[in-house]
Amino acid sequence: MIAEAGLAALWLAAALAALQFVMAWIGIARDRDDIMVAVRPVAFVQGLLAVLAMALLITLFVQSDMSVLLVAQNSHSDKPLLYKFAGAWGNHEGSMLLWVTILGLAGAAVAMLEQNLAKPTLIATLGAQAVIALGFYAFLLFSSNPFARLDPAAPDGAGLNPLLQDPGLAFHPPTLYIGYVGISVAFSFAVGALVTRDVGPAFARAMRPWVLGARVFLTLGITAGSYWAYYELGWGGWWFWDPVENASLMPWLAATALLHSVSVLATRDGLRAWTVMLAVVAFSMSMVGTFLVRSGILTSVHAFAVDPKRGSFILALLAIYIGGALILFALRIGTVRQGRTFDLVSREGALVANNLLLSVILGIVLIGTLYPIVAASFGVQLSVGPPFFNKAAGPVALALVAIMGVGPLLRWRRDDAHELIDRMMLPIAAAALAGAGIFIATGGIAILPFLGLMLAAGLAAASVAPLWKRNLRRTPLFTWGMVVAHLGIAVSLAGMASESAFTRETLVAARVGEPHRVGPYIVRLDGISPAVGANWSALQAHLSVRRGEDGNWFVLRPQSRFFASPPTVTSESAIATMLDGQLYTVLGAADGQGRWQLRLWWKPYVTFIWLGGGLIALGGFLSLLGRVRRERRPAYREGYA
Amino acid sequence: MKAKHQRLTLALLAVAAVIGAGLLALSALKDQAAFFYAPGDVGKAGPPVGRAVRLGGMVQTGSIKRQPDGVSIAFVVTDGVATVPVTFRGVTPDLFREGSGVVAEGQFNADRSFTASNLLAKHDERYMPPQAAGAMHETRTLEP
Repeated sequence: MIAEAGLAALWLAAALAALQFVMAWIGIARDRDDIMVAVRPVAFVQGLLAVLAMALLITLFVQSDMSVLLVAQNSHSDKPLLYKFAGAWGNHEGSMLLWVTILGLAGAAVAMLEQNLAKPTLIATLGAQAVIALGFYAFLLFSSNPFARLDPAAPDGAGLNPLLQDPGLAFHPPTLYIGYVGISVAFSFAVGALVTRDVGPAFARAMRPWVLGARVFLTLGITAGSYWAYYELGWGGWWFWDPVENASLMPWLAATALLHSVSVLATRDGLRAWTVMLAVVAFSMSMVGTFLVRSGILTSVHAFAVDPKRGSFILALLAIYIGGALILFALRIGTVRQGRTFDLVSREGALVANNLLLSVILGIVLIGTLYPIVAASFGVQLSVGPPFFNKAAGPVALALVAIMGVGPLLRWRRDDAHELIDRMMLPIAAAALAGAGIFIATGGIAILPFLGLMLAAGLAAASVAPLWKRNLRRTPLFTWGMVVAHLGIAVSLAGMASESAFTRETLVAARVGEPHRVGPYIVRLDGISPAVGANWSALQAHLSVRRGEDGNWFVLRPQSRFFASPPTVTSESAIATMLDGQLYTVLGAADGQGRWQLRLWWKPYVTFIWLGGGLIALGGFLSLLGRVRRERRPAYREGYA
Repeated sequence: MKAKHQRLTLALLAVAAVIGAGLLALSALKDQAAFFYAPGDVGKAGPPVGRAVRLGGMVQTGSIKRQPDGVSIAFVVTDGVATVPVTFRGVTPDLFREGSGVVAEGQFNADRSFTASNLLAKHDERYMPPQAAGAMHETRTLEP
């Protein structure tokens, strides 16, 4: 019964989404207030129904109802409860349902909470939301029904991919999806503003919290995904330029650009058309992020078993969404009037440079990700890997970091280049000092990491400079947000550069009792013993580790795990986190002569990468809080009415 | 600055940036795109020695041999048409095993053997890299 109820809830939600769109359309076209009033409650109920469907699917997974096809294919009765729960979205159908659930919730939130936007624009926004949701409902109902029955019921499930049996699964997909949905809401606002010809600061202020929030979640999702891949895959890398990673990076880049241009529109009334265009691009990228992964034309961990019919459905949806958005943009952009102007040397000028450089990086990542697909359609099999992305995107990213240091120290409208140089003295000195220090300490390292470390030092100094001589208690929260987020970029960049320049690796076939060196550490294999978990058994290495000849011994236990359903071996790395880096150990295979493969890395300051990611998200959160608090103030609202 | 001029400057800047990005990307692509080979492709023209390429296929049953140093292995990749001997130094991926799909990153040597710097195995019991699937000339299907 539960599965049938879930399906019914989905159909109802789809019907309401259709109703929501039609009502919004008629209400705006005929200017009928009575119809427009009814759109909000419909959006709310649609959201509730989507949540109900998702809750029912989770119930099926928790109960291990093997008469449901999706559960039988992806779950197993002996799985720990957390993974039964999270397993509901660890598969294609469930993850699509999760997407539309979050979309429904976001629509309900817009309908209930947004107060400052002109009513027709808000209703048009909800209409656009309904169209996006309709595509997802159609996709679920016609080609990916999560509630399909299996007759006769399976005796037990096939199990969840063991790589996914990790707390990361409970966290990583939902955060990314919240980010994607947040961008789609921002896009809906842009569509709403285009439809009612209302592109201006009021619309930008309504959109900004959603962009900020989406970007916080995207940052968290990418950071968590990166750390998850780092410790779970056992390759010691934190970013692989895998198409799916790129698919999540591209919306992040677009959202970052959008965030900065929407600030210009909201506070200075500039960059109107550009902001709307970026909203379209960001939405397109989040659709690519959601769908390209599922369409089966990409090779990846994330590509679930694929049915070719579904692939065409997805590509058609992508074409409709992106094409529709671009057509609307082309038809209406002529009606958007020119905003206010500014000098090139000004805060706006720096933000334009930020936007251009982010777009360039986005373009490079997009080309690198899609090129193999295009080449394949001409019969050429090739892959584009890290060397391409590092070489092409690296220099642009460093230029962007340099601009990021300058931007916040500039005034709005116009500024003086000479004064600017005075203000930049401290960051430049910090960068030069860091460069000299690294050169003396190491005798020279590769050029990109070297520039990265220098720029990170300069950016760290520059990003706290806006707080200089300010009363810290009276500094607005969103200024703190910017400072923390920019500092986060500096921290993350320092971690990336340090990891790439200073990592030490040792690969050995170790006998019991033999010491091996990696960086400053001495690692000794003391023995191998069996270990057992809920649904796995393992071989566990007992490694004694100390730093230098007279450090204290401590123990690391990397494992090689065997899962019974589905039968799979995974390696569980053991990581020791220090203040100045991580020691990363992986247990490999035995060679039959009493030796065990050990792969050991010493990665100085690698933790800074994710620490920085956390700071970027925290900065976004502080800004969001500051903006929401200020815009809830009645005086502020009236001032701009 | 007049509004019209500003718009023009911005548009020109944007166009310059896009062209710059395109040129940068294309020049890097020319050097860095790793071409994909199946063992059957090698026989026809001979392998490109010393270029970064990917080799995909199945690990031939009974071909994995551990080397005396304990951290290197040798195995044979097949696509049912031809075979290529591969050597690899490192910890093999969890799902790397005989009779299973593999994509090896590395380069060909002059004697038509392959030195892998990285191995990618399929991640899921139900999943095979499309490239490996293609390399098998669709002798196996994706779904059971």
